[in-house]
Amino acid sequence: MGKPRSKHLVLILAREFASNLATPTLITDERGWLVFYNEAAEAIFGRAFSEVVEMPLEEWTARFEPRTLESEPLPLERRPSGIALYERRAAHERFRITSVDGVEREVSVTAFPLFAHADELVGTVTIFWRE
Amino acid sequence: MRLTIWGCRGSVPTPGPDTFRYGGNTSCVEVSLDDGTILVLDAGTGIRALGFDLLERGAQRVHLLLTHLHLDHLEGLRFFAPLWDERVTLDVWGPPSPVSSLQERIARSFSPPLFPIDLREVPAQVTFHDVPREPWTVDGTRLVADLVAHPGPTVGFRIETATSSFAYLPDHEPALAGIADRSRDWISGAVIAEDVDLLLHDAQYFEDEYEERIGWGHSSVADAVAFAQVVAARRLVLFHHEPLHTDGSLERLEARARSLADGNEDWSALAREGMVIELP
Repeated sequence: MGKPRSKHLVLILAREFASNLATPTLITDERGWLVFYNEAAEAIFGRAFSEVVEMPLEEWTARFEPRTLESEPLPLERRPSGIALYERRAAHERFRITSVDGVEREVSVTAFPLFAHADELVGTVTIFWRE
Repeated sequence: MRLTIWGCRGSVPTPGPDTFRYGGNTSCVEVSLDDGTILVLDAGTGIRALGFDLLERGAQRVHLLLTHLHLDHLEGLRFFAPLWDERVTLDVWGPPSPVSSLQERIARSFSPPLFPIDLREVPAQVTFHDVPREPWTVDGTRLVADLVAHPGPTVGFRIETATSSFAYLPDHEPALAGIADRSRDWISGAVIAEDVDLLLHDAQYFEDEYEERIGWGHSSVADAVAFAQVVAARRLVLFHHEPLHTDGSLERLEARARSLADGNEDWSALAREGMVIELP
């Protein structure tokens, strides 16, 4: 009678919070897998989340070719989402991506870790600011 | 597995002639297993009468499972007779808090100005446990606890024997995080309740009452039914009755639940003090 674990309640509530925001917001779980982005983020990612399967954030974001403002490649661990995940701290950065429509966009991103307890990281939230 | 409901009222005790049929004691459910194991779910005022009954039966080992520490789930503990019997071993399981231990939080209710006797002075052998993050067993019975949508650290419990399963979600507002149009793993409490033989679930409000109390941590009867249907519970017992609801109001709520379930009268019922439910 073994049952699979559900998403942590903090992630469930974060998803509901994000789904009511007009600010593009993306959520990963504690492994760094993309588990949700909201309707507002569809304009950046070019498709609805319902069309996307859960996958590692690094794999998902590679298609957008994230790079610095000087056009140097920007690996996940140097982007706010990666810093929130690997270093477990909040981070903010401006960088460039290429959207699925081929348009190059400069984005301003804040990410922070979600802790259910001091030693229990359950995921991250990444917010894309319109400037 | 034999369940006895000793209290099913929400928020505050409501004794009186208007609540006589369904009872006014706050949350407490006894789960007795075939091997003699006794699990007690929550320590509302219903636990007081249970305590006397347990001592009469000679119980010397009790597991108390607390969903959370709001007063209506804890206020009876100080008057739980086994706590005052040095022959009794009491294991208390409850939700972890990021701030203080379970024992520290419960000790607040055993201290001035709320109570004259310190928790350290109770005669029973009491041990406090944060509920594990993974399933665990008590005397061969499988238990699962998971955080659920309700203000403050709150868990629901799933109890499984080899032949039956039971879920207890007395204070739960899954609608706050969404019930419809999502997979079960994104629904608060679903892992606790999926495919259970019996679900005791919060159904404190009629739908119009809920609209005025969104975020208070409780469910409308419609959301209780929707949740039970989504998790495919085989039977639903409506629990945590609103203090303002008289017996007559509750019977209307039960009728509402049955109409929402296509008139199926066997599938849902009101919890009632003294109700006994046998599971195979």
